Amino acid sequence: MYRKKVLTSLAAAATFSMLLSACANQAGPSNTESSGSSNKVNIPAISKVDVPADAVMPAGDGKATCPATTTLAYAGAQTGPNAQLGVNIFNGIQLAIDQHNKANPGCQVQFKKFDTEGDPNKATGPVTQLVSEPDILGVIGLPFSGESKATGNIFEQKGLVHITPSATNPGLTGNGWTTFFRGLGNDAVQGPAAAKFLTGKLGAKKVYLVQDDSDYGIGLGTSTSAGLGSALAGTEKVTTGQKDFSAVISKIMNAKADAVFYAGYYAEGAPFDQQLVGKGFTGTFVAPDGVKDDQFIKQAGDASSNAYFTCPCIPGELIPNFASAYKDIAKGAEPGTYSIEGYDAATVLLSGIDAGKQSRADLLSWVKSYDKAGLSKHYKWDAKGELQAPTVYGYKVENGKIVPVGPIGE
Amino acid sequence: MLPSLVPLLPTENDWITFDIPSLAQNFWSATFDGLTFGAIYALVALGYTLVYGVLNLINFAHSEVFIVGCYAVFFTLSSLGFGPSVPRLDIWAIILNLLLALVLAMVASAVTAFLLERIAYKPLRQRNAPRLVFLITAIGASFTIQYLIYLWRGPSPELALTMFRPTPIFDVFGTIVDSQQLVIIIAAVIMMVGIDRFISKSRTGRGIRAVAQDPDTATLMGVNKERIIITTFIIGGLLAGAAALFYVMKIPSGVQYSGGFVLGIKAFAAAVLGGIGNVRGALLGGLLLGLIGNYGQILLGNSQWTDVVAFVVLVLVLLLRPEGILGTSLGRSKA
Repeated sequence: MYRKKVLTSLAAAATFSMLLSACANQAGPSNTESSGSSNKVNIPAISKVDVPADAVMPAGDGKATCPATTTLAYAGAQTGPNAQLGVNIFNGIQLAIDQHNKANPGCQVQFKKFDTEGDPNKATGPVTQLVSEPDILGVIGLPFSGESKATGNIFEQKGLVHITPSATNPGLTGNGWTTFFRGLGNDAVQGPAAAKFLTGKLGAKKVYLVQDDSDYGIGLGTSTSAGLGSALAGTEKVTTGQKDFSAVISKIMNAKADAVFYAGYYAEGAPFDQQLVGKGFTGTFVAPDGVKDDQFIKQAGDASSNAYFTCPCIPGELIPNFASAYKDIAKGAEPGTYSIEGYDAATVLLSGIDAGKQSRADLLSWVKSYDKAGLSKHYKWDAKGELQAPTVYGYKVENGKIVPVGPIGE
Repeated sequence: MLPSLVPLLPTENDWITFDIPSLAQNFWSATFDGLTFGAIYALVALGYTLVYGVLNLINFAHSEVFIVGCYAVFFTLSSLGFGPSVPRLDIWAIILNLLLALVLAMVASAVTAFLLERIAYKPLRQRNAPRLVFLITAIGASFTIQYLIYLWRGPSPELALTMFRPTPIFDVFGTIVDSQQLVIIIAAVIMMVGIDRFISKSRTGRGIRAVAQDPDTATLMGVNKERIIITTFIIGGLLAGAAALFYVMKIPSGVQYSGGFVLGIKAFAAAVLGGIGNVRGALLGGLLLGLIGNYGQILLGNSQWTDVVAFVVLVLVLLLRPEGILGTSLGRSKA
């Protein structure tokens, strides 16, 4: 008899909770729609970018010769929570190598991939294995800042040139490594550009800065907060792998911030934005290149419509030839963040191999003295391995897609 | 750095700072969120406490009983069309869907708990294995289930599930209490009161208490010990399944193979804090642990402090009162 009572009370509890949730839901949709567009600045999307006329292409002149063992490698995430960022890159590399090999029957470059899961703790294993394979002459990677920091010395010891298509922590070039090259602008460029974008074009008055605990998030958080100045309403830290953001969100709501800048990756950025909007935040969510991916939209759902991105990357999807060739290789997917940077970095190395630089030392000095245009921008590095003229682009979410809104921070 | 931060230790990075103004400003929102988490901890803690009371066994695999419930919620709701976006369904459809998810999660967790008992613990009991062996088996079972899920679903978390959009219900001192927090706290407390009454009043509940007090005498008095043990595991599983629904409601992207681990540790700590083996202790311990963790996190200005603060308080309480706040006995408790 008592058992019955218990069951009844359990059922009552459940029903009660469902009723409450129901009331909640009923009031929901009207809320979203009213707050969605009213107080937000709308920046129109752009539809084309200029491609340098003299851009070096992977195909070259078609007369290159090289040993059949010649190999380039990609080291970076293929699996793990932020895998999509790695997939974008190695598809770009694959495209460059395919185009090269098709045009040059005398030089068939092999392509090997090493999975780091994007995790600094796991990256040293695959990278150590990679540098010990003598056929590998050059590497594209590693994509993330933390893993780049953890593995830079390994490349340095073996004199193996590597171009990161996406790691943006400014400190990476301060380690005295001679084999590290960065194929894009770093966060000392992106942070101030993001700050300018927030307070300028987006018209934010109170920006709440949230950063994760990665080298990337901390570096970018620092350079952005410096640029925000008095518009900075507060700073909060989150942890890699964090799932619940309620404490951070209450602080943001209590501070009445009208924009949030999240310095981190999409694995945490997506649930964060989703919970933020779920709690009634109506401002703008701005995040850097680590969050700019379709996975963000997929994981955050409708909440993602409040998002803008900053990225020292060029919208490859607006370059028609590149976009259509990429689609063939990526099973119909559009070029993603850093696809074109991966493609360009591979092109730099391939053109060196074609020019007869077929040892690690030769290829390294080739990259050091490189001074030519790529599809996305001009490539010429300073003594530390930083690119000389980087550009930062703004992007936004429009109808469930990420579209570029043009260069920012200028 | 904000001027309001008062450095405690003058290290170069000021690695510990007490941000009192922030705690004052966020006190009530921290309280309601803390109670929400506390309610979830408490429901899971009951599973630890009941099994401990009956078998003197810390069932470390209970966190996996819970995560199986989370996956049941995930598969039920995502097959019904729920996803990261707010569902476009009418009220009654959502209620039905959530009830279905609740029932399936409770069943899935209860079945897991049942199988766990039959496969991992019963053979040991029949051979009169020492208690340490049970403990090692529990940890082994926990890892086994966790990594079976890993092999099946991979390392990435599942897509977020939004069940409904939380709306403000009322506000307390300027802080809004939303429907989600209210649903979780009230439903969990009602369930806990129900279990409390079940243990203290029903025939089966008396059996559970009798076995907890003295298994041999209880058997002589005609209590079917094996049946009581199975029932205890199943009740723990049912509650973990209910907790799973609330957990996914609160943390939509929390369904991951390792998602049960930290929550399990917290729930176990909640059971110990309140007095393991004590049903009301689990409730009290859960709510306290939720609150303390949340206050600590805001006071120290970083979410990484949540667990540090919660466990430091646990250690301090146990130093003063090793048997937990309400004492440990399920058998003797009037509850």
